[in-house]
Amino acid sequence: MNADIFLWLVQDGVTNGAIYALLALALLLVFAVTRVIFVPQGEFITYAALSLSLLEAGRTPGTIYILAVGGLAAAAIDGYAALRERAWRRLPRIAALYIVLPLAIAFLVAWAAPRKLDQWIQVLLVLAMVVPLGPIVYRIAFQPLANASVLVLFIVSMAVHYILSGLSLVFFGGEGLRSSPFWDARFKLGVVEISAQSLFVVAASLLLIVGLWLLFEHSIYGKALRATAINRVGARLVGIPTALTGQLSFLLAAFIGAVSGILISSITTLYYDTGFLIGLKGFVGAILGGMASYPLAAAGALVLGLLESFSSFWASAFKEVIVFTSIIPMLVWLSLRSRHVEEDEE
Amino acid sequence: MIGARAALVLFTAFLAAAPFFLSEFYVTLMNYIGLSTLVALGLVLLTGVAGLMSFGQQAFVGVGAYTSAVLAVHYGASPWIGLAAGLALTGLIAVGLGVITVRLSGHYLPLSTIAWGISVYFLFGNLEMLNKHDGVGGLPPVAIAGWKLDTGRESYVLIWLVVLAALLAARNLLDSRSGRAVRALRFRATMAESFGIDTARLKLVIFLYAALLAGLSGWLYAHFTRYVSPGAFTVNMGIEYLFMAVVGGASQVWGAVIGASLLTLLKEWLKDILPTFFESSGNYEVIVFGLLMLPLLHRARDGLMPVLARLGRAGRRAPARVVTADPLPRRAGPAAGTPLLALAGVQKNFGGLAAVRALSFDMRAGEILGLIGPNGAGKSTAFNLVTGVLPSDAGEIRFCGGRIDALPARRIARLGIARTFQHVNLVGAMSVLENVAIGAHLRGAKGSVRAMLRLDRDEERRLLHEAAKQVERVGLTAHLNDASASLPLGQQRLVEIARALAADPVLLLLDEPAAGLRFQEKQALAALLRRLRSEGMSILLVEHDMDFVMGLVERLVVMDFGEKIAEGLPRDIQANAVVIEAYLGGIEEDAP
Repeated sequence: MNADIFLWLVQDGVTNGAIYALLALALLLVFAVTRVIFVPQGEFITYAALSLSLLEAGRTPGTIYILAVGGLAAAAIDGYAALRERAWRRLPRIAALYIVLPLAIAFLVAWAAPRKLDQWIQVLLVLAMVVPLGPIVYRIAFQPLANASVLVLFIVSMAVHYILSGLSLVFFGGEGLRSSPFWDARFKLGVVEISAQSLFVVAASLLLIVGLWLLFEHSIYGKALRATAINRVGARLVGIPTALTGQLSFLLAAFIGAVSGILISSITTLYYDTGFLIGLKGFVGAILGGMASYPLAAAGALVLGLLESFSSFWASAFKEVIVFTSIIPMLVWLSLRSRHVEEDEE
Repeated sequence: MIGARAALVLFTAFLAAAPFFLSEFYVTLMNYIGLSTLVALGLVLLTGVAGLMSFGQQAFVGVGAYTSAVLAVHYGASPWIGLAAGLALTGLIAVGLGVITVRLSGHYLPLSTIAWGISVYFLFGNLEMLNKHDGVGGLPPVAIAGWKLDTGRESYVLIWLVVLAALLAARNLLDSRSGRAVRALRFRATMAESFGIDTARLKLVIFLYAALLAGLSGWLYAHFTRYVSPGAFTVNMGIEYLFMAVVGGASQVWGAVIGASLLTLLKEWLKDILPTFFESSGNYEVIVFGLLMLPLLHRARDGLMPVLARLGRAGRRAPARVVTADPLPRRAGPAAGTPLLALAGVQKNFGGLAAVRALSFDMRAGEILGLIGPNGAGKSTAFNLVTGVLPSDAGEIRFCGGRIDALPARRIARLGIARTFQHVNLVGAMSVLENVAIGAHLRGAKGSVRAMLRLDRDEERRLLHEAAKQVERVGLTAHLNDASASLPLGQQRLVEIARALAADPVLLLLDEPAAGLRFQEKQALAALLRRLRSEGMSILLVEHDMDFVMGLVERLVVMDFGEKIAEGLPRDIQANAVVIEAYLGGIEEDAP
């Protein structure tokens, strides 16, 4: 290996690592707030990436059907609950959020798709389609089980992953898609050539991480999320609705998933089930960081990106094997450190 | 339980008759159901009973299948050698994975098993020796004493005999000393440790058993289909196995059969029917599975097995079987009056808060010592330090002369200290008798393997006999076979005491046994404790109910804000000004 290849691999690793870091943060956030191991995060990546590619080709992505039907299902569940409690006043809000908004987005996308609008408008359309799926998924699948154990929530996660990945194949088909880069330039930096797209990905990730930090430190919603993460019962006692923090954390997760999908869609070809693996790599990154602290999770994700990039050079057939077994040393270390006896809440 | 027995007989009769009247297609389907049942059964024990979760069982199936395939095709080895090698390799990997995850929080095992499942899938698909994604074909059938099992019907016999044996072994395991410990793992691990159960080791044993069942299923699969490729061991298969266990009822052995049957049949049916509705191809059955799981998890989290069991069973459980057996040997306790427990300068901090500060006191054999103080005084923390639930930061704790402050709870239990819990810590679904028998865990020695083979029956009778004796001692014989969760709080506290007594302790530690009891119940409890003392038991009693302890104990140690503020005879303590102030609160000098 010469210096050129080395630097190129580093660049590749850092680019992927930045995306994994974003995902690791979102997954950690959802886990801390709702205790959900959010495996379906990967599907948001897929939906966003493939939707963007389809919009670029002037085709209408099937995501709009998932959004509309999901919204209707959430509206039915919430509406039924409201009717049973005779809380008529909640109905207009439910209709606006879960029926009108998703349908409006769906029609807008259907209208805009064949017109092949500017790339930035397409990105906004993708975000509008994918981000509402977060709260909708939470409302349908997780909110009824807010007090269930981590393990039950994990199974629910898997069921949701099953549904979303099945729908992914139905609406996107088996072919791989790739979108065009946002910025097709290359810079010479000494001996290395850096692609603008990599810079763009890293910058966008950094920007989002700073944004998240600002949200947590300085907004009332961020503080509510932090309070719920630290102590659920305590948060509820001081009047923080845990259903709201749950939906909020899923909204953020869907947003981060969608952004990751948009960023990655121009770097690599994605298939209907690629997002699942990418999302899991976010988890691997979070575990490498000990699954507790946000900065460590981001660092773990970066290490993972580099590991992946270098192993694809040395042993490309075994890249995934190396990536997914990399958690073993971390688990050993965590295991040696733990002394207390673990038990489930009933 | 006649309903259950009849169902079992019907099921076995159906299995015996099935190959004679089912078509080839359905025999094959039954074989797949049997293969899935083996894997799902492992998950029932792992997830439903022990509270561990794995999405990587398909990888163990793959290891079992590929090992035998490679040995048979590349080296011409007999399938039996392949079986031994496959199980050995599966077991080795399971122990390795288990050792690094069973001590961690619940979500690490499922996450790492997903990772392991993905790694193994890509490994199968990329190894030259395994023919990459094409897989290994041309496997020989299994032969038993010259009889080659090369048709589906012949494989059926082998597969279902193995399944039945595994089901019986699992049922036997749950109905044994180890089984009771396993059933306590999920929600009651701290309690289990306090009675000498090594919970991490037990979790490992269950994980290993589940992995071996999966490996066995893989071996059967390989020699039944004669062809092995990575496509059969995808992550989705791992998820489906877990769904099977959940659908059937993850806490019941027979739930594995029900879950495996339902999902296998449903998948087959959906694959037939769904493409007629939709034009494009797709994994529609995956969507349907997911959609079915959601309401099931929302509404019937225990799966379908309990629903079916309720249909078959009328009324209560069978009446108590009175077991007679040789009594278990008893421990020789120290003579009354010799030093038993000594704390010297014991310290415990939680962050900046000193919950226990330089606590010292002594206790002699044969006495009841009361440790009292207002709420938040540090009594329960002191109690947890003595029992090893928490490690102390400084100081010495000695029991019968030996230091115990560095020992974990289960080692301390071995020395003859048994405890009760302030928040009743019983396995709710288990009977009173079984709960109390957990207390006698250390007085038995037969492990999981003997339990599966029913080689533990003599010891089991003696353990249950001992448990029944202790239930009688606290006056609950009438409730011997009731589920412990069905008893009122007062009686549940008595079950706690009976469980501690079943350990044949030298020192009994009671953590607020009178909390939440009614007056009569308190009197009955006091009478029981006096009787225990007259039989020579040493008791350390943590309480904040002054009236309850005053007439009962020889001596009192009073704590407040983590420190000992007084020690002495009950009547001296009652007159002690510092104690009165601690309990009633001082009069603030600048109060208006």
